[in-house]
Amino acid sequence: MEEESICAKNLSYAYDGASVLSNLSFTVNNGEFFIVIGPNGSGKTTLMKIIAGLIKLKSGELEIKGQSVKNYKRKILARKIAFVPQQVPTDFPFVVEDVVLFGRSPHLGTFGLGSVADINLAKQAMKFTETSHLASRRLNQLSGGECQRTFIARAICQDPDIIVLDEPTASLDIAHQLRIMDMMEKMKQEKNITVIMVSHDVNLAAMYADTLMLINRGQQVRVGPPGEVLTYETLESVYGCPLLVDENPLDKLPRVTPVPGRYIKELPDR
Amino acid sequence: MSSVVKQIITVSGIMVICLVFVMLLGLCFGSSGSGIRSFAQAVESFSNPDSLYYTIIWKIRFPRVLIAAMVGATLSLGGLVFQALMRNPLAEPYILGISGGSAIGAIIGILLNLSRFPGVSIFAFLGGMGTLFLVLLISTGKTLLKKESLLLSGVMVNAFCSAVIMFLISLTQDARIHNIMFWLMGDLSSGGKSEALLMGIMLLPCFVVIFWFSNSMNLLLMGKEMALSMGVNVKFITVSLLVISSFMVSATVCYCGLVGFVGLVIPHLLRLMFGADHRVLVPACIFGGGAYLVLCDLLARTLPHQGEMPAGVITALVGAPVFIFLLKRSE
Repeated sequence: MEEESICAKNLSYAYDGASVLSNLSFTVNNGEFFIVIGPNGSGKTTLMKIIAGLIKLKSGELEIKGQSVKNYKRKILARKIAFVPQQVPTDFPFVVEDVVLFGRSPHLGTFGLGSVADINLAKQAMKFTETSHLASRRLNQLSGGECQRTFIARAICQDPDIIVLDEPTASLDIAHQLRIMDMMEKMKQEKNITVIMVSHDVNLAAMYADTLMLINRGQQVRVGPPGEVLTYETLESVYGCPLLVDENPLDKLPRVTPVPGRYIKELPDR
Repeated sequence: MSSVVKQIITVSGIMVICLVFVMLLGLCFGSSGSGIRSFAQAVESFSNPDSLYYTIIWKIRFPRVLIAAMVGATLSLGGLVFQALMRNPLAEPYILGISGGSAIGAIIGILLNLSRFPGVSIFAFLGGMGTLFLVLLISTGKTLLKKESLLLSGVMVNAFCSAVIMFLISLTQDARIHNIMFWLMGDLSSGGKSEALLMGIMLLPCFVVIFWFSNSMNLLLMGKEMALSMGVNVKFITVSLLVISSFMVSATVCYCGLVGFVGLVIPHLLRLMFGADHRVLVPACIFGGGAYLVLCDLLARTLPHQGEMPAGVITALVGAPVFIFLLKRSE
């Protein structure tokens, strides 16, 4: 079995003539927790969509599980990669159980008839994401966190090798953010699923990621373990604001604190 | 057996019973001789093809009831498909102007003295596709496919279509005008057995294909990207479904004119009753929509003391308030 889940070479993407991503090259290993960070508008979402095969690759190469993404049939690709978008639909008129079970469709025929085994997989996925008690609730009756967990359960039910998530913790409170991140970590450890995610929260990313990728205006700034990527020089140049980077007391990983303007005046050498 | 299959069979069974029941009613009642007694005579007359009852029931009422069932099925199914593809519960062939466009095509065909099939049908299909394209073009653009913009474009295209239709009608000094006006309001009285057969041949394959794609419609409701990520060939399925539905709708417009709001009322009612799974809703719409229009046509035939009114009058009388109710609720 190959080591690499994803291997990207010189990925570029332009939309209406404006460059969104240029020359990204990176590899993601099997069972790795890979988090992409960067300022707003740096092309993170586009990158996730390209990896998940939702946007056609125009230039560069992208191999998924050792095979070029162009050679995949849509349904076969869907068995390898599941995608959780930034905003999950809440007006979807089905109950949680149905939504999760729909995750099986890449493995089923066009008509989507599942067997008992498929229903069991859906139950397991709901148990894993702690949504079992919501099984017969409609999506519009759920909170943001519950909705997000439902769609993650759907992604797990898809039984993929890789899960791609676009800011799954945006708009959630701290407790729910931790819950989702812990879930991802558990998924990686127990099921050896590769997790690729966009996060806007640098500290959360630092605590969970095996590898961080920092991108800015479509350019790859740095890829590596959190300790190497999150230095104040790099971060300040990318985000354009003063930041304090020290170690968090839990595991000595970098901790980033934004510095309010009023402190800057007191430091004459800056 | 999976629970979905069970549900499909149960729901379809209930709907078939409803359909058969109203079809029997449709055979029994009419302007000349009503009631169970006349039906008994009709069954009796089965062996006696020369009798009056035989002619009335099997040659006039039976094809009409069949056509009503097929048109009702088509229009509800068309509504269901458009609602799923546009993720908008208010989308419907009539409201979107697809029916109006088909009617323009059909009228041009009629004025050119073409035969109903294939001449008029082809013109109607082109008209329907044209308006569908126009509505999608106006309502998408750079903005999102929003509920309101889709409806507004539909209303405008519809208004334009009516104007063109009136324009075409006033250009002709034809004795056929009364017929055209009557047909425009949704008239189910013109068909015979051969028309019913031809419609069946055109519509049945469409029903089968839509049923086959029904699970993809479920997944499409999650949004284009999510559907793609679950292996749905979004472009192919969307285009196929749009073309097939427009074809079905234009075929019914050719024979029966504009019957509005069936595609709004029936899918909504069935969704309330049986949930949102399209694998269940597609057959339910076929049988339930059929039953609904047979019933509306029966009312249209029997309510007036003299003559009859177009079935489209009844469907609009029921449908427009339902539309307003849905619009109110969606806010």
